[in-house]
Formats: sequence, structure tokens, C-alpha cells
Amino acid sequence: MRREGSALSGAATVMLKELADNLSSTRMRLLEILIFVTGASAAYSTIGEVKDQLSEYPFVFLLIFTSAHEPLPSFVAFLGFLIPIVAIALGFDSVNGEFNRRTMSRILAQPIYRDALLIGKFLAGLITLAVVLSALWLLVLGLGILMLGVPPNTDEILRGLAFLLASIAYGGVWLALALLFSVIFNSAATAALAALAVWLLFAFFWQMLVPLVTMAIAPPDPFDPLSTLRTIDIGMDIARLSPNTLFAETTLAFLSPTTRALGPILSTQMQGAVRGAPLPLGESLAIVWPQLTALLAAVILLFVIAYVLFQRKEVRA
Amino acid sequence: MTAIIVAEQLTKAYAGKLAVDHLDLTIEQGEVFGLLGPNGAGKTTTILMLLGLTEPSSGHAEVAGFDPLRQPLQVKRLVGYMPDQVGFYDNLSGVANLHYTARLAGLRGREIDQRIDAALARVGLRDAGPKAVKTYSRGMRQRLAIAEILMKQAKVAILDEPTGGLDPQGTREFLELIRSLKQDGMTILLSSHLLDLVQSVCDRVALFNAGKIGLIGRVEDLLRDVLGGSHIIRVEAEGRDLGAAIAAVPGVKSVACDGNAFAVEAAGDLRPQIARAVIGAGGNLIAIGAGHASLDQVYTRYFEGVRHAA
Repeated sequence: MRREGSALSGAATVMLKELADNLSSTRMRLLEILIFVTGASAAYSTIGEVKDQLSEYPFVFLLIFTSAHEPLPSFVAFLGFLIPIVAIALGFDSVNGEFNRRTMSRILAQPIYRDALLIGKFLAGLITLAVVLSALWLLVLGLGILMLGVPPNTDEILRGLAFLLASIAYGGVWLALALLFSVIFNSAATAALAALAVWLLFAFFWQMLVPLVTMAIAPPDPFDPLSTLRTIDIGMDIARLSPNTLFAETTLAFLSPTTRALGPILSTQMQGAVRGAPLPLGESLAIVWPQLTALLAAVILLFVIAYVLFQRKEVRA
Repeated sequence: MTAIIVAEQLTKAYAGKLAVDHLDLTIEQGEVFGLLGPNGAGKTTTILMLLGLTEPSSGHAEVAGFDPLRQPLQVKRLVGYMPDQVGFYDNLSGVANLHYTARLAGLRGREIDQRIDAALARVGLRDAGPKAVKTYSRGMRQRLAIAEILMKQAKVAILDEPTGGLDPQGTREFLELIRSLKQDGMTILLSSHLLDLVQSVCDRVALFNAGKIGLIGRVEDLLRDVLGGSHIIRVEAEGRDLGAAIAAVPGVKSVACDGNAFAVEAAGDLRPQIARAVIGAGGNLIAIGAGHASLDQVYTRYFEGVRHAA
């Protein structure tokens, strides 16, 4: 029997309410300040350096995002680090918070499906994330225009937009993870710690673990040069289980137009290529298409798991 | 009278344990029905199944002709629910909280403001409405929950432990509110573990124990049937061995003693005989009066009987 009414009725109401909560909460204020100060200072410090390359490199605006000025890391590295924290902060108490405030059964007694609640909350988080990242992106671009004295060209804008969308998708992964944990764990603190543990794993330990695991499952054969290639490939596949790797590769392709491949390539494959020549945006997109799809797939997968668990959860906690 | 809530063989098992055990229940339109029993007797689970918030393991329920499992939206449109220890968004005002549920309930535009205003005025929260809910007392939160049900113009109100945590004054006001809802023609299903407290507002009650309804019926009928029309007489007297003296009065069924106070259960109004017995035994009679038979006694008596039989 088909259920009556739309699963989405009420989702917009939930979304607007959550959005208002997100945007007015002290927690978000603090994170916004953190991400704006760090991101803008990282970008600001590099602008002075990249200014010198204005006459020789056609993508100076993209350099603002990618180049690092010691001791600060690059803007992109900062984002890779901070986006998960903001996303986790937005999502870790979204479902269990309703239980702890004892509002869940009252809200679910209204004529809406549970779908509306979860979808509304997720969209509100995603929109908040998008608003913060877009504002930051515009800020950096504006700083660039002011300090470099030239406007960005179309290609730079388009690549910058692609990077912005990728960073929102990357945030979506962490938001969906935080939402999932907020369904699984009844205590908000446990959910936050679990999400931060996953973040720590991928942000710091994954790079260390990948070579160990790779060497264990596919050690290179010293008498077969091609086996080395296989080892590298497997290592990259494992590394790409981490959303951080996917995000790093995506930004690399978008923001460094000369990137031709993300894995090892043989010199025979480079025959006829003009080294150092930038690729058109379409080609860069083709290089990271699998990474982008993987990020979106991770968002959908995590959300679906959270959805199924939430549908089965007893209202009576 | 037409039945508005029907449960047939409704059963819910949590991890193999039956929380609600083949429950049959019919509630008529316009009546105040009490689900009474100790905590953990299955009252809340029954309510959640009637609302479609929990799936029954077996059995069937119907609210106003709709199946809560298959047509949850129709049921939820007609039913207002006040959960046990109701919660609101503390940082939002009472009005903003109601506004949110009004929109979830599908109301739009100016009608929302009118309905919220009327509902808050009805429960005496008009002045507190714009204040944040975190400043509200327990009683005010409970009245806000009633305002939500009024705003929704629900035909059925389901109240889970509505008097929980209220002081005597708050409880009295709350029961008054429930009576006024009944006068509007609303059907009210309430659950409570405080049997005495709600017996005055309920038209009919069901006494729950371990997931089953032990007794169901009008309060007076239960009092008569279970207690056998016996009278409760409260005696306060000083003296030695007065309990035995009172128990020796013909017609006295039992005597419960607590210091100088005695609760006497008798076949009729034996106050003169008991007074004579106390004085005859050399005691000082301080007070004597007729007590009220209560559902508490019915509950204890009935389920004691069940346990003995088992």
C-alpha cells in the first residue's frame, strides 16, 4: 500500500527553522570567526608573493588558494582541515538533540513523515555550510582583486567555482557522517567524539597507515618493475577511501590547471604532450570526475544509512 | 455514541518481552478515558501505537476510522499529543514554538497567528507567549502543550502523564483545563500513575498491569464491584490496643493502623459503633469520619487478588 501524502511535506518548514537555528547559534558564530580569520589570513599572506608572478602565470588568482606562505599552510589546506570541523559541529546533535530536548515525539506527532525531519535538517546544514564557504570564497576573491589590482579572468572564476562546489560536497560528506552519528548515538557528546575520531583518522593517520597497509597486501616484486606500479595504484586506491584525499586531488586538478594526471604516468604516455601547458577546464574536470562522484556517492551513502536507521529508531529513547 | 479509538489485540514486544499484551480497548467520542497503572505497565507504548509512532508487533488499531500504521498523516492531523515530560525549544519563545508546529501541521498565513493567540489565551499564557520557553515553569510548559493541541483543533487529545511533576495547585488547574476541553467535545485519553488524582476527571478508566488491562469501566462501578460497596472510615484515637477493639466491632472487615490513625474498612457506615468501641476500650477519640474509597485501593485489591490467584 502506498503511503499517502508527500514525504517532503514539512521538510521546508524544518529546514527553515534549522537554518535559523544554525545561523543564529553561538556555536556557528565561533566557527565562522575561526574559519574566516584563518582562511582570510592564509590567503592574504600569499597574495604578496603571488603578485610577482602576475606577468608570467595566467592563473594567479588560483595561486592565492593553493600556495603557502610559511609558517601558514595554504588556503586549500586550511579548508581541508576546517570544513570537517564546521560540518561536524553543524550535525552532531541534530537528531539526538531532539530526543534529549524531548521534542522528538511532539514533532513526530505532527502530520509529517520522519523523512521531512531528516531531510530538512540535512539541507539546512548543507545550506549553512554553502553560505559560509561562499562568503569566504568571495572574501578571498575580493581581497585578491583589491591587492593584485586586476580582475580574475573567466577561466579562473569557473575553476574557482568548481573548487567551491567541490568543497561544499566535501563538507556534505562530513555533515552526513555527523548526522549518521547523531542518529546512532543517543548522547550528543558521544556522537561528536565519534565524528571527531573519524576526522582525526583521515586528517592525520591515514597518510601513515596507507603505506603500511599497501606494503602488507601488495609488496612490490623486485624482479618485476610493473609490480611497483601495481603497488602504487593499490596504495592510491586505499588513500582514496579517505574523503580528505578525494578533496585534495579534486582541488589540485581544479586549481592547478597544469595537472595532467593524479597517479603515476609512464613517459610513453607523456609523448607529444606540451609540458607545463594548462589544460582546459573540461579536461581538468574529466581527470577528477571519479573523485567528485565518489564524494557525492559518500554523501548519499552516509545519508541513506542515517535515513534507514532513523526510520527504524524507536521514538521512545 | 460512536467509537473513536479502537484497539484490537494490540501487542508490542521489545526484545522478546511483551510491553503491551493483546490489548482490547474502545474509547467513545467525547469521553475522558484514563489509562492508569504504575510506570512500565505499557501505557506509553499503547499511546505510541495509537499515534502510529511505534509499530505494533501484532494486532490492529484504529483512530477515527484511520489505521495509524497505514494512514499516519490523517491520524496525526486529528490527534493532539502531549508526551510525558513534554519538551520545547528552549531558546525560542512559546509563540515561536507553536508557530513551528502549526506550520508542520500544514497551517498557513494569518490563521496561524489567530489560532495561536486564541489557544494561548485559553490556557492563560497570553502574556508569557513572547518569552523564551527556558523561562517557563513546568506547569507553563504543560499548558503550552495543551495550547498546541487546541491550536491544532484536534478532535482527540492524548495526554501522557499530564500531571507529572506538577504541584497541587498546578494539578488542580490542569484538571480544570481538561474538564473544559471535555466540554468542547474533545475526546481525551490520558495516562497516569497517580490513580487518585485523575479519577475525578475520567469518565471511564482502564487499570493496567504488566501490559494488560486488568479492569475497565466507570470509576463508580469499579469502586462498587471491587471493593464490594464497603465503607472506609478514618479514625484518630489515643489508647492501647484500639486496633483490636475496632476489629472486634461486627461488620468491620479490616483495620489498618498508622500510629494513632486507623483506616477501617467496614460493610456499612459503622461510625457510631466504632466510636463506642474506642471509648469502651478506654481510648481518647480525637476524630472520626468517612473516608473516600479510591482507585488506589481498587488497584491494590484487584491485582493482589490476581497475584494470589496466580
